Amino acid sequence: MSAIDTQETAIRIRDLDFSYNGTPILENVTLDIMARDSLCIVGPNGGGKTTLLKLILGLLTPDRGEIEVLGRTPEKSRLRIGYVPQYARYDPQFPVTVLDVVLMGRLDRIFCGPYAKKDKEAALAALAEMGLADLAGRLFAEISGGQRQRVLIARALAAEGELLILDEPTANIDAASEEHLFELLGKLNERLTVMLVTHDVGFASKFFKSIVCVNRQVVLHPTSELTGELIRNMYGGDIRMIRHDHRCSPEGHCTHGLS
Amino acid sequence: MDFLEALADPAIPFLRYAFGAGILASLSFGIIGTYVVARRITYIAGAIAHCVLGGIGAGLYCQHKLGITWFGPLSGAIVAALLAAIIIGLVSLHANQREDTAIGALWAIGMAIGLLFIAKTPGYIEPMSYLFGNILLISKFDLWMVLVLDALVVIIATLFYHKFLAVCFDEEYARLRGVRTDLYYLLLLCLTALTVVLLVRVVGIVMVIALLTLPAAVASNFAKGLWQMMVLATLFCIGFIGSGLAVSYNYDLPSGPTIIVIAGLVYLGATGWRQFRKNSRLRSAV
Repeated sequence: MSAIDTQETAIRIRDLDFSYNGTPILENVTLDIMARDSLCIVGPNGGGKTTLLKLILGLLTPDRGEIEVLGRTPEKSRLRIGYVPQYARYDPQFPVTVLDVVLMGRLDRIFCGPYAKKDKEAALAALAEMGLADLAGRLFAEISGGQRQRVLIARALAAEGELLILDEPTANIDAASEEHLFELLGKLNERLTVMLVTHDVGFASKFFKSIVCVNRQVVLHPTSELTGELIRNMYGGDIRMIRHDHRCSPEGHCTHGLS
Repeated sequence: MDFLEALADPAIPFLRYAFGAGILASLSFGIIGTYVVARRITYIAGAIAHCVLGGIGAGLYCQHKLGITWFGPLSGAIVAALLAAIIIGLVSLHANQREDTAIGALWAIGMAIGLLFIAKTPGYIEPMSYLFGNILLISKFDLWMVLVLDALVVIIATLFYHKFLAVCFDEEYARLRGVRTDLYYLLLLCLTALTVVLLVRVVGIVMVIALLTLPAAVASNFAKGLWQMMVLATLFCIGFIGSGLAVSYNYDLPSGPTIIVIAGLVYLGATGWRQFRKNSRLRSAV
């Protein structure tokens, strides 16, 4: 395996179609994501953001087209991806400690029996990196939403992947936790490719290098392009929430779409 | 005579067998009960339990009508429980909707088949002892059987503890870490099935769910993490079965219902106490 250089492609998608029960979700997607890029995936609900993530993770198979992650099929690269799902989908009463959740990132390294010392050290190091070292023994259900989100990032880091994928990490956390989260992601981006789905690009324009719009079609913009006119067109002014009535199209964004 | 004296009395070995079987089986009840409560699949355990009657009926029929001596009610129960677990597992893995309908159907069909077999088996068979259990009927052979099933469940469930924990907590993530989650889910249901067979022996089909889930539910009030919950659930289960046997012996009550009533009262007490603590903490915070 060669050392990661910034020109290497992390994800390569060609002419991909995906439909669910006959309804097309994604059409004709072609996308190249460079290693060490940081991307923010935006788009309306039902536009296909989560589907795109699941295709990259290999949880779904495309109807047509090809998808390559870190140079191999998504299934084969799966273990090199750190995935952070939405914390809100967990059973709030499940009796599991923070450390046990983080150790799940090392699950592929054991067949049976207890985790090795090395795995525990990696899990504790990941927790420390997220500033949560003192929560290791607490119940996952007892800690705050922002902390749970960071525990799930620690779990992804414990897996020691090269690609970090986060699904709506900013949903249900307060503004201070969110700012803290983006600081952490900025640091992680120095060594990892970071991809996240969000509804909120307030901090995004500061942190992300590229923005991917997903609404049946997928379009990638470098954030440097997102200045003045384009942002105003995209969001109708200087507001923090994305308007979900815009349409993403190869020509750019127009606000006269659905309302 | 006092219960403890009776336990030591060589003239009544059945009480010792019952007590020993209860304590041994508590290990798998505590461990599997914790998984069942945490993963919220109590109703699946219920359906498996009722399918066991189908197996018991088939076993009785084979023994008494067809003269197949090696296939009795216990073998029938194990086969039926495993079959029910695999069918339910496949339905819940592959059918996206109406899982509860399929489980409900299996629940009733299993019972109906059992009653039909029992009706056609020559001689009078009392279904009550299967429905409501009688731990005092446990023989020395049953004790060995309990030991073997128990060992199987405990060894597999503890060996793959981290896999089961991940599959129960976050199946999708476990899959992304390269775990064959379908297989582990089916394995967990099969272990639940074996535990249910043990439970049927102790408290009977109808009360299986109670003894599987109540100790774990009480334990969840105090436990930090799944591992502690298993240990506590096992201890509570031993407590319920032991005290249930003692009370039923001293007051000449049926053992199964006595065990369940004690477990139910402790559960209500623990839940109420926890609610009271929570409310008073909220009040003092205000």
